[in-house]
Amino acid sequence: MINSWVLIGISLGYWVLLFAIAWGAERLKLTGKSLSNSPYVYSLTLAVYCTAWTFYGSIGKVKDGGIDFLAVYIGPTLMAVPSWFILKKIIRICKAQQISTIADFISSRYGKNLSLAALVTVFLFFGIIPYISLQLKAISESFNLLTQSGQFIGIPKGLSIFGNTALIMAIGMAVFAVLFGTRRIETSEKHEGMVAAVAFESLIKLIAFIAAGLFVCYGVFDGFGDIFSKANQVPSLQKLFTLPEEGGYANWFWTCALSGMAVIFLPRQFQVAVIENTNEKHLNKSIWLFPLYLLLINIFVLPIAFGGQLIFNNVGVDSDYLILDIPLLFNQKALALLVFIGGYAAATGMIIVETIALSTMFSNHLVIPMLLAMDPSNAKLHDNLSRIIIQSRRVGIIFILTAAYLYYKAISGHYSLVSIGLISFVSVAQLMPAIIGGIFWKKGNKLGALVGLILGFSIWFYTLVIPSLAGTAFISDHFVLTGPYQVWWLKPYALFGLHGFSPIVHSLFWSMLLNVSAYVGFSVFSDQTVTEQNQAEIFVEVNRYAPLLESTSSWKGTAYMPDITSLLANFLGSVRTNQALNAFAQRNNINLNENKADPKLVAYAERVLSGIIGSASARIMVSATVKEEELKIDELLNILKESQQLMRLNKELTRKTEELERARNELESVNSRLKEQDELKDDFLTTVTHELRTPITSIRAFSEIIFDNDDLEAEERKQYISIIIKETERISRLISQVLDLEKYDSGKQKLVIQEVNLQGLVEQSSIAVDQLLREKGIILIKDFSPSVTAVFLDEDKIQQVLINLLSNAIKFTTDEIVLKLRYTETHWRLYVEDNGPGIPQELKELIFEKFYQAKNQTIRKPKGSGLGLAISKRIMELHQGNLVLIDNPAKGAVFLLEVPFNPLNLQYNEQS
Amino acid sequence: MNSHKRVLIADDEPNILLSLEFLMRKKGFDVFIARNGSEAMEIIKKQKLDVAVLDIMMPDIDGYQICKYIKEHEAYANCKVLFLSAKSKEADIEKGFATGADAYVTKPFSTRDLMQRVLDLCQ
Repeated sequence: MINSWVLIGISLGYWVLLFAIAWGAERLKLTGKSLSNSPYVYSLTLAVYCTAWTFYGSIGKVKDGGIDFLAVYIGPTLMAVPSWFILKKIIRICKAQQISTIADFISSRYGKNLSLAALVTVFLFFGIIPYISLQLKAISESFNLLTQSGQFIGIPKGLSIFGNTALIMAIGMAVFAVLFGTRRIETSEKHEGMVAAVAFESLIKLIAFIAAGLFVCYGVFDGFGDIFSKANQVPSLQKLFTLPEEGGYANWFWTCALSGMAVIFLPRQFQVAVIENTNEKHLNKSIWLFPLYLLLINIFVLPIAFGGQLIFNNVGVDSDYLILDIPLLFNQKALALLVFIGGYAAATGMIIVETIALSTMFSNHLVIPMLLAMDPSNAKLHDNLSRIIIQSRRVGIIFILTAAYLYYKAISGHYSLVSIGLISFVSVAQLMPAIIGGIFWKKGNKLGALVGLILGFSIWFYTLVIPSLAGTAFISDHFVLTGPYQVWWLKPYALFGLHGFSPIVHSLFWSMLLNVSAYVGFSVFSDQTVTEQNQAEIFVEVNRYAPLLESTSSWKGTAYMPDITSLLANFLGSVRTNQALNAFAQRNNINLNENKADPKLVAYAERVLSGIIGSASARIMVSATVKEEELKIDELLNILKESQQLMRLNKELTRKTEELERARNELESVNSRLKEQDELKDDFLTTVTHELRTPITSIRAFSEIIFDNDDLEAEERKQYISIIIKETERISRLISQVLDLEKYDSGKQKLVIQEVNLQGLVEQSSIAVDQLLREKGIILIKDFSPSVTAVFLDEDKIQQVLINLLSNAIKFTTDEIVLKLRYTETHWRLYVEDNGPGIPQELKELIFEKFYQAKNQTIRKPKGSGLGLAISKRIMELHQGNLVLIDNPAKGAVFLLEVPFNPLNLQYNEQS
Repeated sequence: MNSHKRVLIADDEPNILLSLEFLMRKKGFDVFIARNGSEAMEIIKKQKLDVAVLDIMMPDIDGYQICKYIKEHEAYANCKVLFLSAKSKEADIEKGFATGADAYVTKPFSTRDLMQRVLDLCQ
């Protein structure tokens, strides 16, 4: 048994941890390291989409709807690609215009209109507060489930307040939101601590859900297959494998579409996806990471749901909480606690983000406009503005949470988790026409958006909210069953006689139909104001303009520096105002000391204000401070076009410079390569001429001796002439070898490969040196292991190599040479061993270089051209073989020649 | 006239030795032959030479070292050094003289020119 204090302790401990993470992230940001600047953290915060509704509600939904619940996750998954384009555009617009809420986004697009922002804010309050209550409900019910399960004892009577979990939750949430959501006055600034906490919560809820899933699958049952095959034998469960027959597919399709919209337009999604986005490149990863998260958290929904039905058979449990009931039944206290914390995380994450987003709207679009409406230029008001703003946000947070708590107390006990969530989805879907139209269609205007939104929300309210109150004290059941005043076509679940859809889809259908029609219709048939035109241009063409929006002024008029400075100082304080203005002036080459303010600076001040109080209020503040003229759309376009041309020129210039730089680098590397080759050529030339000098010297000396001395003995004369002949031969040999080597090095030398009798070839080569052997009295020992005899090779070239190696050996050996022929699976090997002085270790590689002595010219090699081994090595390489000097413990040198039986895998028909 | 002049020829190329020996003897020199650096050193130490004709590139001790040895020792003050080398670059010749050589002849050489140089050194 676990004392219920443990549960309370763990809940509190979780809160402490959450605060610590948020606080730590804010501290870390001060040191320059940002946790939120990571695509993984970004994707995790997007998973705030998965609330307690996902955590508990999906499983509950299976009982009635089968795989219906999946639509809510398939919609966002299908939206992943389109949302990449939509979010990218929205993010750019919000960055350029310092927009901080979804209501501000709509208001800003349609001419920075105050009433539009206020309208959206009020509608979202109606739409979202029930959704927040739903989270409180989930926490409260899961807490009660745990404490009443018999697993926990000893709830102290005097502490009955702990039974009222929802209230405690709401208070904790308010503290968190006030601490981490209202730290800074600029709402367009990132909430680092909140982001870190929410990402952490997303991780926790995923881990908890998967842990429970694994337990049900492998701890209780015998894997997925076991659960599904058992469920398939129960008729009531069998039908859940498919969609309900009546209207199933249509419902499914519409729910997908609905969630696809919600995943972008829910205030909390807009907050984490757009406002808290630090780098639009994070979208490239979140496009697949977020769907992956949805997949992971849904894998175990069906197994747990079916498993729960099989175990409990719907007796004595609320199917929404099967994920808790199963571990409790099996006495898995730790797992039950983990699941509870997971659900807790899902709910708190949602409430925190949603509350911060809504409270910003509350303060920017309701409180501040009211204050401004009293007296926009009220000096006393100005002095306290920044404090008023922060306070109003805090009030907003408390107001929202209080409203959610009251709603939970009054109503939400009647409804399952999923139904309340979907009602919220339909309300935020109403923002879709105004937003999507706003970023892709320049003609969309304020009147269209206003009428569309009002109609859409009204239908939503009539077809979903009012019926949800039916049966309570407010509204009677007849309203739903027969329609108000018995008018059949006003029945809220079958408006105008439309049957066959679920209430959600029915409401979505009518609200969207009217909303879109009104938006398009009024936009086409009414005109835009000048500000609307300008904003439409910037929103729709943001990809073209975004980089130059900072340095252009979309403003015209006369303003004075002191006015602008004091306007900003009201909100930022004079120190930060000066910092911001100086930084901007420096970036854009503006002189701050002039009395008249640069138009760019005025536009910048307005953007900064927008980030604090929303674009509509900022517009009012600026226009009250300065004297403005109307900036016509063609003037704006000209300004933008000019900066665009300038930017293009700049880009072109950068590109050209880069090209030049690249070309220069290429030239340099080619040049150094040429130089290197030139040096090699020089070296080679020096060596060759040097090698030629020696024989020429002898030839000249003896020619002159013969020429000058007629009295030479016949014998002497003959000896000298024979030296001349031998030295001449040496020169021609050298020349032909140099030319030979050049052919190998340039790749011009080709082999003529034939099938050859290998032993015969080796015999022939030894016969060629027979004369030399006999002259020096050297014994040649042949040791051929009999095996392969026919191999493929270029006979003349290999013979050249063999003769070269044999002549070298004859030159150095004392009295004998051993020729060994061996075979491996693929190669033949020939060892040429002498018992001469051997070759020092340090020269082992060097001897295969042409004229290897060239590097150390005062030491001379033994006689020879200095090219024989170099050429031999190249011949072996052309044969894909190798020629090396191998280590020999005894005296003497051992050369090893290794060649594949059929180099180049030549066939008979390729031999020529 | 040169009957008492003693000449060393040091070179690792037998044909050079053969031709120079012929030419020197014909002029009446006493000729000493060395096929490498160490043989040359032995002869220098034993014989009181008038001229040493040295190849630079020899397998064991090179011509520079031999020349330096001769020039550093008072005992060989009378011994003139002539480098006979295939190294014909300006820098090589300068280096030869810097080592202390009295004359420098590049290969291939004119036999008459070489003999004249040797005779000049004997004056």
